[in-house]
Amino acid sequence: MTVVRLPRAGFAGSLSDRLASIVIRGSAFLAILSLVLIFIFIGKEALPILTSQEVQKEASLSTLFFPQPAKPGARPQYMWQPVSEVPKYSVLPLFVSTLKVTVIAVFFAIPLAVAAALYTAEFAHPWVREVVKPAIELLAGIPSVVIGFFCLMVLAGWLQQVFGWTYRLNAVTAGLGLSLAVIPIVYTVAEDAFSSVPQTFREGSLAMGASSWQTAWRVVLPAAMPGVLAACVLGFGRAIGETMIVLMASGNAAILSLSPVDSIRTFSATIAAELGEVVVGSAHYHVLFFLGAALFVLTFLLNLFGHWWVGRLQKKLQGAS
Amino acid sequence: MPGALIVVTLIVSGCGGGSGTGAKAVTVKGSDTMVILGQRWAETYMGEHPGTRIQVTGGGSGTGIAALINGGTDICEASRPMKDREKEQVRSRHGKDVKEIPVALDGVAVYINESSPIQSLSEPQIKGIYTGKITNWRDLGGKDQKIVAYSRENNSGTYVFFKEHVLGNEDFAREIQTLPGTAAVANAVAKDPASIGYGGIAYATGIRAIAVKRDENSEAVHPSLETVRNGQYPLSRSLFFYTIGEPDGEVKAFVDWVLGPEGQKICEAVGYYPLVRK
Repeated sequence: MTVVRLPRAGFAGSLSDRLASIVIRGSAFLAILSLVLIFIFIGKEALPILTSQEVQKEASLSTLFFPQPAKPGARPQYMWQPVSEVPKYSVLPLFVSTLKVTVIAVFFAIPLAVAAALYTAEFAHPWVREVVKPAIELLAGIPSVVIGFFCLMVLAGWLQQVFGWTYRLNAVTAGLGLSLAVIPIVYTVAEDAFSSVPQTFREGSLAMGASSWQTAWRVVLPAAMPGVLAACVLGFGRAIGETMIVLMASGNAAILSLSPVDSIRTFSATIAAELGEVVVGSAHYHVLFFLGAALFVLTFLLNLFGHWWVGRLQKKLQGAS
Repeated sequence: MPGALIVVTLIVSGCGGGSGTGAKAVTVKGSDTMVILGQRWAETYMGEHPGTRIQVTGGGSGTGIAALINGGTDICEASRPMKDREKEQVRSRHGKDVKEIPVALDGVAVYINESSPIQSLSEPQIKGIYTGKITNWRDLGGKDQKIVAYSRENNSGTYVFFKEHVLGNEDFAREIQTLPGTAAVANAVAKDPASIGYGGIAYATGIRAIAVKRDENSEAVHPSLETVRNGQYPLSRSLFFYTIGEPDGEVKAFVDWVLGPEGQKICEAVGYYPLVRK
């Protein structure tokens, strides 16, 4: 990578330059500011779970994270039943569902997308690349509600016919749908990473007598690893927050199970389905914001971890070269 | 009725200008099931009668009835009949009898896949399926297949109706899958031979609305305009307006309009049944 040193903004000569730099800097800060404000808003709405006695009668941290009996005397269970005589808000089934579908989506999407990116960057004939790259990137333009509808109407039926699952709408169906949304993101970023590996690496490797496959696998892939990892983190983040596809294709039953062919109910789908008509200020309302905050923190930690890992890898690579 | 409450306030003033300065708004409050219906009525009515303001809010039938008792609303919308105790409260507070005005009918169909051999189910059987006590079609006279039950999302009025009427307010089983909208439920049932779902009486292909028996010994009744109207179909109910005493003035004009052909046509458009025209 080449580093271009730009003159510092303060020294820029003309007034228009200075104005442009202020505008650009301003919009960058605006982005950060709105992010912070969103988090403050979500956090503020979630906070009554910790502070308000009124809300805690219905939903407190212990009822969110520990099992509750459906009726007095019944066996305690993890349940999500917000509309009930005794509302039950167990976060665990939703959390497990969210992770399950995300892992399934990423499991299918990342190998496919990275392999496709490696192929187009290293092996494909230029004109094949000219066709394949925009085609995959076009996938990103398909609205997720359309993908969800496709899963609900077509994919779910196919999968059930082939595998004979009891539930048509389950974590695998939704996960496959999600992977359609994740693939273009991972592909685009990974492809850029492969393309930006200096040509000299390839030439050196080929000159040493390595085949083009060995070059791609042993030289280009490791050199592009930080970028590929960043792509994976982005894909993971997209999968965990995606709403419409899981809302339509996952069945939305809050079951605590690890089976990939059970129906699931994710954080995002729960918020989407219930927030629209909940009473503002009720325990249910605050619990939904708590879910939102949890999702936000989860994605944030994931990105932080990804960032740290990418940085570490980059350092290692630079040290080695 | 906790949860799933819609609190939508609709305040549309006449036609801009200086309208509504002297006129008091007619307030309509109550059932969440009826909020959309009430809003459509109000919007159309206000369009035709500039100068009248009608304000529709939800909150649940109980909330609406409480507001009526406390004098906080002109019209209470309720998807259940008022209890005698509540009527008594109105009488003692206001010295007038409460006026019950049925304004529309509502019916929920239970559907199964066309290929299923099941012809009818009783209410206790449907309850058993949705509370997770009956899990195989074999127990209901069908094939040896696990039942896949679909429900509406818990923000829907149909969900609440089903929960109150069929489940007797018990919780849905965890395995019940919920889908956004009747269309999605109908589609899922059409695709899955072992499934059951409920919703408005839709005319999708591939599904069949089954006949419902009130209990094991009673007659199975198919849902139709006729059986919902004459009350034979068990999963039906009347939707009511309640006022304190006979309605008068603008309230009366609005109620009469709702019961008239235009109001009843809106009922059908929103997905409910119009009342029998006498």
